[in-house]
Amino acid sequence: MSEQVLGHDEHDHGPDPQFLRRWITTTNHKDLGALYLWFSLLMFLVGGAMALVIRAELFQPGMQLVRPEFFNQMTTMHALVMIFGGVMPAFVGLSNWLLPVMLGAPDMALPRLNNWGFWILPFAFTLLISTLFMPGGAPAGGWTMYPPLVLQTGLAFPFLIFSVHLLGVSSIMGGINVIATILNLRAPGMTLMKMPLFAWSWLITAFLIIAVMPVLAGAVTMLLMDKYFGTSFFNAAGGGDPVLFQHVFWFFGHPEVYILILPAFGIVSHIIPTFSRKPLFGHASMVYAMSAIAFLSFIVWAHHMFTVGLPLAAELFFMFATMLIAVPTGVKVFNWTATMWRGSLSFETPMLFALGFVFMFTIGGFSGLMLAMAPADFQYQDTYFVVAHFHYVLVPGAVYSIMAAVYFWLPKWTGHMYDERLGKLHFWLSTIGVNLTFFPMHFSGLAGMPRRIPDYALQFTTFNQISSVGAFMFGFSQLLFVYIVIKCVRGGEKATAQVWEGAEGLEWTLPSPPPYHSFTIPPLVT
Amino acid sequence: MNNLADPGPRKSNRSVLFQAVVVCLVMFGFGFAMVPLYRAFCNLTGINGRMAVVATETLAQSDLTRVITVQFVANRNQYLPWEFKPEVSSVQVHPGEIRTVTFFAHNLRDVPMVGRAVPSIAPGEAAKYLRKLECFCFNEQHFASGEARNMPVRFYIDPRIPPGIDTLTLSYTFFDASPQTTMVGDKTAAGS
Repeated sequence: MSEQVLGHDEHDHGPDPQFLRRWITTTNHKDLGALYLWFSLLMFLVGGAMALVIRAELFQPGMQLVRPEFFNQMTTMHALVMIFGGVMPAFVGLSNWLLPVMLGAPDMALPRLNNWGFWILPFAFTLLISTLFMPGGAPAGGWTMYPPLVLQTGLAFPFLIFSVHLLGVSSIMGGINVIATILNLRAPGMTLMKMPLFAWSWLITAFLIIAVMPVLAGAVTMLLMDKYFGTSFFNAAGGGDPVLFQHVFWFFGHPEVYILILPAFGIVSHIIPTFSRKPLFGHASMVYAMSAIAFLSFIVWAHHMFTVGLPLAAELFFMFATMLIAVPTGVKVFNWTATMWRGSLSFETPMLFALGFVFMFTIGGFSGLMLAMAPADFQYQDTYFVVAHFHYVLVPGAVYSIMAAVYFWLPKWTGHMYDERLGKLHFWLSTIGVNLTFFPMHFSGLAGMPRRIPDYALQFTTFNQISSVGAFMFGFSQLLFVYIVIKCVRGGEKATAQVWEGAEGLEWTLPSPPPYHSFTIPPLVT
Repeated sequence: MNNLADPGPRKSNRSVLFQAVVVCLVMFGFGFAMVPLYRAFCNLTGINGRMAVVATETLAQSDLTRVITVQFVANRNQYLPWEFKPEVSSVQVHPGEIRTVTFFAHNLRDVPMVGRAVPSIAPGEAAKYLRKLECFCFNEQHFASGEARNMPVRFYIDPRIPPGIDTLTLSYTFFDASPQTTMVGDKTAAGS
């Protein structure tokens, strides 16, 4: 086609042979996707190590290993590192690697922005993690940064705010790039409704990102001004209101939790049909369900703050609006189940992780429904029940979908099959570990154990010991994951172009691994 | 359905970038716009117990059939070295009846200080029925070093208060508003 005639020959070079220059200056979507994914793996291990400090301290009541203020730094930093360093960059990395090859595009639409978006992250996390070594320590007021507590953070405070700004800028750049790529670079004939669901899920996620990350930036800017410039946005003495921060924060925070889960929905919608050897049941209804979830996410924020003294009418509105989310989510779970119905199923590692996702994400969804009930929430608020709920949707939810995606597309990326036996072992170790960790937290929470404390009453000991054993099991089984990935990158059985018998989509028409520049001539989709 | 299925004219990447950046800037502004919106919403609905309802009219008659208990709570902000307490912990009033209670405050430091009392009323939906004719929370309170004094609150309960409410809590938190101090949190930051 005309691209060949116009001849941008210099773009057909391979990667820059000089190692550092290649990775720092690269604008190639495959390079950047790999960078994002490696970075998020590193952050996943850092955040996981922090979680293990927490679980080690909680193995017994009383204070054993760490000081209480360090414990609080660990809970705060664990959340920030996992959300902004683990899950979000992993999804952005997957979008980088996969969107162009799924849509038949030569690259992302804004490659330089892409490079910039990634390279902000190491700086942001250097700022954030450096606070651990400062006098007064890292932020310890919780990742939600509620004033007035967060304003008592020591020297770390401006570093916290500035790193949150940088992380926001990075994800906004990623989001804009996804929108531009999807709207402008789809192959001829690929209409929006023919577009793969991973692309759909990311399009909706990207809109959520550009709508709410600036609100977070505004909220933390107000904190900064309250602390250093004498304003009183949240300072009651000056006529402000600390509860206002919670409204602004959760206006960002609730869409944020869907930013963390919608791409997972997209991934699972690719994997389950592949290993069921059937097309996905209800493609269009999946799109509408995701759009409905995204819309509802903007009008449910106050369910995070039922106990601040909302008027009855607001409690009822936010309770019912929250429960309404169960409807489109139920549609999605139904569709995944219906896809498997009478399918010719096989259970390779990606399918195991995808099924684990559907099953355990639904457990997290049910505890979410319990939390949505305003009268019951007065008991659950700030207990381990909440911790159990959001870890079920984030660990065997979002993180499992990322692992499923890595196992699913790793043969495509590297050209080698991963070790299937070790992959299955990794799945079962992780699944046993994750349930041992988080299931008992439902019980300790219902029995009244508060979250974010380094010590607890004696009657919670057994549940906490089970959680800690499970956490170490889950944590160390991730080293197996690292080993499997490195082993697969270095070699292994050659993967075919299609890799999986039931795989469908443009990315499977490319050789494994795909050339450095793929789809320089757009494929025609009929 | 049809127009959704049609890819339509493809906008250039630059224009998508521009539009997305505009959305981001608007949403950044929206975060700040939530501050006045929140205040307007609270004033409109009377929730949050933060409204200073300054009443001027005096009611002709009080509703002798109802008795409402009004409880008083006095808090100091953690960093304010003052003594601050209500003279009585609760009073019983008929709706419409005007009452005066006093709060005692004592500046324990040997420098002049300015205090600011921020009121809060629970339950929130009762806030707009508590009408204050006079209150030390209307102004900043200047105290000489070691000064102690009683400060009055003159109020009545609007007889239109919903029948379900028989107890109100009026709470004040005293904050340090002396000009030389800036933020409450700054002191801890400096101390740590």
